[in-house]
Amino acid sequence: MNNPLLRGLTQSRYSRRDALRVAGFSAAGLALAACGVQGQKAEAPKASEVADFWSTQQKHGKVVFANWPEYMPPEQGPLKQFQQATGISYEYKEVIQENADFFGKSEPQLRAGQPLGYDIIVMTNGLQLAKMIQLGYLVALDHKQLPNFAANAGAKYKNPSYDPNNQFTIPYQAGVTGIAYNTKYVDEKITSIQSLFDKKYEGKVGMMADAQEIANFAMFAVGVDPDTSTQAEWEKAAAKLKEQRESGVVRKYYDQSYIDAVAKGDIWLSQAWSGDVFQRQLAGEPVDFVVPAEGGTIWIDNMAIPKGAANPVDALMLMDFLYKPEVAAELTEYVQFVTPVPAVQQILAAKGDKDSKALAESPLIFPSAEDYAKLRSYKTLTAAEETVFNGIFQSITQG
Amino acid sequence: MKRSRAPYWLALPGWLWLAIFLVVPIAAMASVSLTTGNLIDGFAQTLSVSNYSDAIAKYSTQLVRSLVYGGVATLLMLILGYPVAYWIAFKGGHRKSMFLFLLLLPFFVSFVLRTISWGFLLADDGILFGTLKGWGLLPEDFHVLATTVAVIGGLVYNFLPFMILPIYVALERVDPRVIEAAYDLYASRFDAFRRVVLPLSLPGVFAGVLMTFVPASADPVNAAVLGGTGNTMIGNIIQTEYLVNSNYPTASALSFTLMAVLLVGIFIYARALGTENVMEAAAR
Repeated sequence: MNNPLLRGLTQSRYSRRDALRVAGFSAAGLALAACGVQGQKAEAPKASEVADFWSTQQKHGKVVFANWPEYMPPEQGPLKQFQQATGISYEYKEVIQENADFFGKSEPQLRAGQPLGYDIIVMTNGLQLAKMIQLGYLVALDHKQLPNFAANAGAKYKNPSYDPNNQFTIPYQAGVTGIAYNTKYVDEKITSIQSLFDKKYEGKVGMMADAQEIANFAMFAVGVDPDTSTQAEWEKAAAKLKEQRESGVVRKYYDQSYIDAVAKGDIWLSQAWSGDVFQRQLAGEPVDFVVPAEGGTIWIDNMAIPKGAANPVDALMLMDFLYKPEVAAELTEYVQFVTPVPAVQQILAAKGDKDSKALAESPLIFPSAEDYAKLRSYKTLTAAEETVFNGIFQSITQG
Repeated sequence: MKRSRAPYWLALPGWLWLAIFLVVPIAAMASVSLTTGNLIDGFAQTLSVSNYSDAIAKYSTQLVRSLVYGGVATLLMLILGYPVAYWIAFKGGHRKSMFLFLLLLPFFVSFVLRTISWGFLLADDGILFGTLKGWGLLPEDFHVLATTVAVIGGLVYNFLPFMILPIYVALERVDPRVIEAAYDLYASRFDAFRRVVLPLSLPGVFAGVLMTFVPASADPVNAAVLGGTGNTMIGNIIQTEYLVNSNYPTASALSFTLMAVLLVGIFIYARALGTENVMEAAAR
């Protein structure tokens, strides 16, 4: 049904006849009733187009940064330094709570060609970021203006599979999905993913509602590498999850609220994001974090410039500024996720105080080569695969 | 005599409002619900009614569950709310407005926040159950959160004022003299209530049920915050289909299905209650 002539004929006839029959629709309603949602699939921009775009852009002296909550020191030190160094004023907004939610709300605006009002957004390397790229909603970056990124980003954070050559994104922070457990209730040392499926913890296990997160862990549990997994293996993993659910082991499929539940003791162990757990440990709560022996998931939150951003040059300058090692170190000290700038480790080690030293030695902020070998990314899915994949795993989490 | 056109002009903003914010979105949603495709390649209008049958087949469990939860919650609200409304209307005296204010006071806090605070109150080792377990009054593994009870309880709590207020308004309008007249005609207190007060308050009950059953059945927040596995309601499914899966046709088809089921339910209910004109009764 993709023949435009055929579609045009059937659509206009349908809309007029049907709308008149229903009667009372306003003129706008009539026009809207005619259309589906136009596909926006965009071809990758040519290098010359990218160069042309950036050659016409100028610095405006301000930048709007949209980020997740608790992802920047409260006094916003890195941003203040940026303002001092460049004279560019900033607005910092904590408006992104969830990738799907943010994408769902932004998508109609971007499709209509309206600016979001943000110059930098931060999104995880999941389904929604892939859609942003495929739909052409992100501005291709000018790497000539990203010298700090080129010099200081770790090799693992350059040229990722979800965005070859960092054409549209550069990492902000990375993190690991592992297991968090409340040491007040769990008196063994958790090392294996099988603990999440253990009858012993009936009703005290939290799993994540996100299809990609839960799928990866189920695949680790049945010994499948998510990177090379097939539909048959997804079904095998889903069967394991179904059994876990039906035997009453899982209490609930959580969003971000899992960490409160673990800290309060509603659940004793749960799938968890590394940085959340460290922030709780700092607050003195009895939670511990482990990357299971079978494997964990590594994800990367990325900075990008949405189409229609008012100040792309200023945005690029700020993105690059965050790759200065001393600025990146300040960020790490607060957010405690995995930094894409390896030089931060030396800076923290050289500081001498106990807290900085602990951070510099933490394998969860600076994973070793063996740790990285256990970690897997979210699987990259085509639109057709995504439908199948989501169908299989959402029938578990939302059954 | 020349009739003034002024009332029509004055009504114009209202009609425009309805057209722009109700008719247009519903028409657009109806159109989208019949398309096929995906976000990347676009959704083409194919008039595929199968979107509806597929969505209903796939999510019938959650749809039925939502109606059951909404129905049970509405019934509980009626049982809890009617005596409250009755008491305020007839025994509230000069403090009536204070009682009404107290009733509404918690609702100055946002809906989601109120629901999350129940999560804190009812935590397995929280201030309530933690203490009771400490005294040995409850078994260690007792919990309310992440159960059906918690979800329905949350719905009852969150929508209760919308049940009480319309019933209160209806009862408040009952002329005390008709009750006196009933006593004069040798009605017992129960008969006076059953044959005089209750029928006069039915429009309020009707409006209350309407204002609670519809939002309670469609609510995604209580199931997400207070529920566990197997408590997912249709509102959560629509949210996921729209925001996570970007499956606009299925999300629209489910929304329409829910609307249709609720409308049919309401009209059956109106008939059962013997209300001649539904909307008039509700607006009275």
